[in-house]
Amino acid sequence: MSGAYLGMPAFPEAAKTSTKNEQLRANLTHATHTIRDKRAAAVGELDDWAQLRQAGKEIKDNTLARLDHYLLQAEAAVQAAGGTVHWATDAAEANRIVADLVHAKGESEVVKVKSMATQEIGLNEALAAEGITAYETDLAELIVQLGDDLPSHILVPAIHKNRGEIRDIFAEAMGRWGRPAPDGLTDRPADLAEAARLHLREKFLRAKVAVSGANFLIAETGTLVVVESEGNGRMCLTLPETLISVVGIEKVIPTWRDLEVFLQLLPRSSTAERMNPYTSTWTGTTDRDGPQEFHLVLLDNGRTATLADEVGRQALRCIRCSACLNVCPVYERAGGHAYGSPYPGPIGAILTPQLRGLQSELEASLPYASTLCGACYEVCPVAIDIPEVLVHLREQVAEQVEGHRVERAAMKAATWLLDHPAALTAAERAATRTRALHPKRLPLPGPAKAWSDTRDLPALPAEPFRDWWKKNRKDGSR
Amino acid sequence: MRVALFVTCVNDALYPGTGRAVVTLLDRLGVEVDFPAAQTCCGQPQYNTGYRRETEPLVLRSARAFEGYDYVVTPSGSCAAMVRDNYPRIGAKALAQGRGSELADAAASLAARTFELTEFLVDVLGVTDVGAYFPHTVTYHPSCHGLRMLGLGERPRRLLEAVKGLELRELPGAEECCGFGGTFAVKNPDVSAAMGADKVRNALSTGAGVLCGADNSCLLHLDGTLRRQGAAMRAVHLAEILASTETEVLA
Ligand code: SF4
Repeated sequence: MSGAYLGMPAFPEAAKTSTKNEQLRANLTHATHTIRDKRAAAVGELDDWAQLRQAGKEIKDNTLARLDHYLLQAEAAVQAAGGTVHWATDAAEANRIVADLVHAKGESEVVKVKSMATQEIGLNEALAAEGITAYETDLAELIVQLGDDLPSHILVPAIHKNRGEIRDIFAEAMGRWGRPAPDGLTDRPADLAEAARLHLREKFLRAKVAVSGANFLIAETGTLVVVESEGNGRMCLTLPETLISVVGIEKVIPTWRDLEVFLQLLPRSSTAERMNPYTSTWTGTTDRDGPQEFHLVLLDNGRTATLADEVGRQALRCIRCSACLNVCPVYERAGGHAYGSPYPGPIGAILTPQLRGLQSELEASLPYASTLCGACYEVCPVAIDIPEVLVHLREQVAEQVEGHRVERAAMKAATWLLDHPAALTAAERAATRTRALHPKRLPLPGPAKAWSDTRDLPALPAEPFRDWWKKNRKDGSR
Repeated sequence: MRVALFVTCVNDALYPGTGRAVVTLLDRLGVEVDFPAAQTCCGQPQYNTGYRRETEPLVLRSARAFEGYDYVVTPSGSCAAMVRDNYPRIGAKALAQGRGSELADAAASLAARTFELTEFLVDVLGVTDVGAYFPHTVTYHPSCHGLRMLGLGERPRRLLEAVKGLELRELPGAEECCGFGGTFAVKNPDVSAAMGADKVRNALSTGAGVLCGADNSCLLHLDGTLRRQGAAMRAVHLAEILASTETEVLA
């Protein structure tokens, strides 16, 4: 697996391969079950979780309803604090802005804080095309980058790799990217972490430019917030001379008071910690302390269009905690890559088609990559009703995407039959009368074939219920 | 009290035994139940696949079929959830799109009177011991819609625990989806089959002889997987266990 997400096959195709990969499924099952159990315990400690969740939902909704106001407020505050604000309509524009800023500093390297927004726009690849190397500094992102792989989880991008595989990647690739791994590297977590620490330290101390995202942007003061576990983000945010932050416009929250709610919701939902180890905040520039030049790139890239959709806009509440991935039975079997986007799992299934539009088979297949079991909605800290949005998007797929005509005709025919009980009864009786002829194991025709590949069909009953009722019970006979 | 049985299309055509079991059970509990023949399907397959407009005639049909009944009882958590959660949504959307208030009113009225079987037994009738006898080891799979959309909670377990002769075994990963998901099983057959296989493995690990559920769609998927594997375990709907007695073993 290497290269970009775009142009990847539709979800069922990709999942066909990944469900057969036993190692991948074992890695995923182990990791997701561990974290989901821990999350449940961490959430269970707070008796006001339901109120916190409601507060998180409302703050986000109220902010989204007046997004233009808060963004302008944030822009003014950032400028007042010595920062520069850039507005980017789409991925290409955002990448262009960042590349120009790096060129202007005469640099050809940047260090990066783990950021979903920069993955969404393919920043690393765009910078590479401009002769600029972007170094990921988050441990899991480093593993993915060194392995020439794609992230497969929002929070744990290398969730699909086990320790042995990580050791091999470090031993093989670190030398090509900078300081090589020590000889005889073992797969002990402490040794792996130490190898990464030494490798990264060189980059932190050398880099003149850093690129980050942000978890939150506080409108009242123009302050950006990054929460993380490793401290690598803190290094990137404080050591380089220039800091460029690429932030989705939905990340804005009105006040510091609002932050209090999310600093409780996020760590418990994502890493199952009461509090994340590092919370970094920065406001513009400060004389002789930290980066002396600060740029904020505000990214739209499909968000305004998403905001316009009454049902679908709730996806913009997402705080990227990944709790929904960790409980999703479909994600657990299919793996993150099958979703063809840096946003995998349930949130990816609703966010990707909205941000990108139903441009190809992949996006059109994502709303169907769910059984609607509702586990994602149950854990989401900002109460995004993911099943509701999935069904809503399916409606758009059915309306807009060629190739759903046959399905629509079948649905219409089914509705007609179900709206005519006499015809339905006749059909049921016909099926029942010919039941000796029905195959149990032979492949069913058409799309149902794959179903009957792994499951036996039930035997048809001697008579449908409605016939039994008519014979035995009608007219109150008992 | 006027009670209607909403048997559901899957039970009508494939699992009539479940419908007969509900009738037997309610008879025994002294509830007079009727079966309005104008009912067909709640429209869940259409709605969940993205064909909301195609669902509207079925919402109206159901609402008319069950008009005048105090309670509509169904042995299917997902169909109950469809009526309770999605009918009002469909009605509201139709109203917003200017298609009169008939659909919205009908949907709201039916939603308020629709109960899944275990809710009806525990909440409306106030019983947990229904006088059943079922001398088998049983493990229970709480299907997602019953578990999360309806919030059935402990009701099915309490009913099962009161069954004489029955030994209930804890199902590991009980709250995880079985992978059926209506058209999901057809659109994503590989993931669906993988989920079904894991659920069946967990069920078999309990050593129980019977896998019980309150939704025959999930049981269709799991029983099909069990039988393909040649496993000795069989899937039985909760209603059939509750209807079973020492004199008349139904399941
Ligand atoms: S949708 Fe909810 S649960 Fe999923 S990542 Fe976003 S905030 Fe977390």
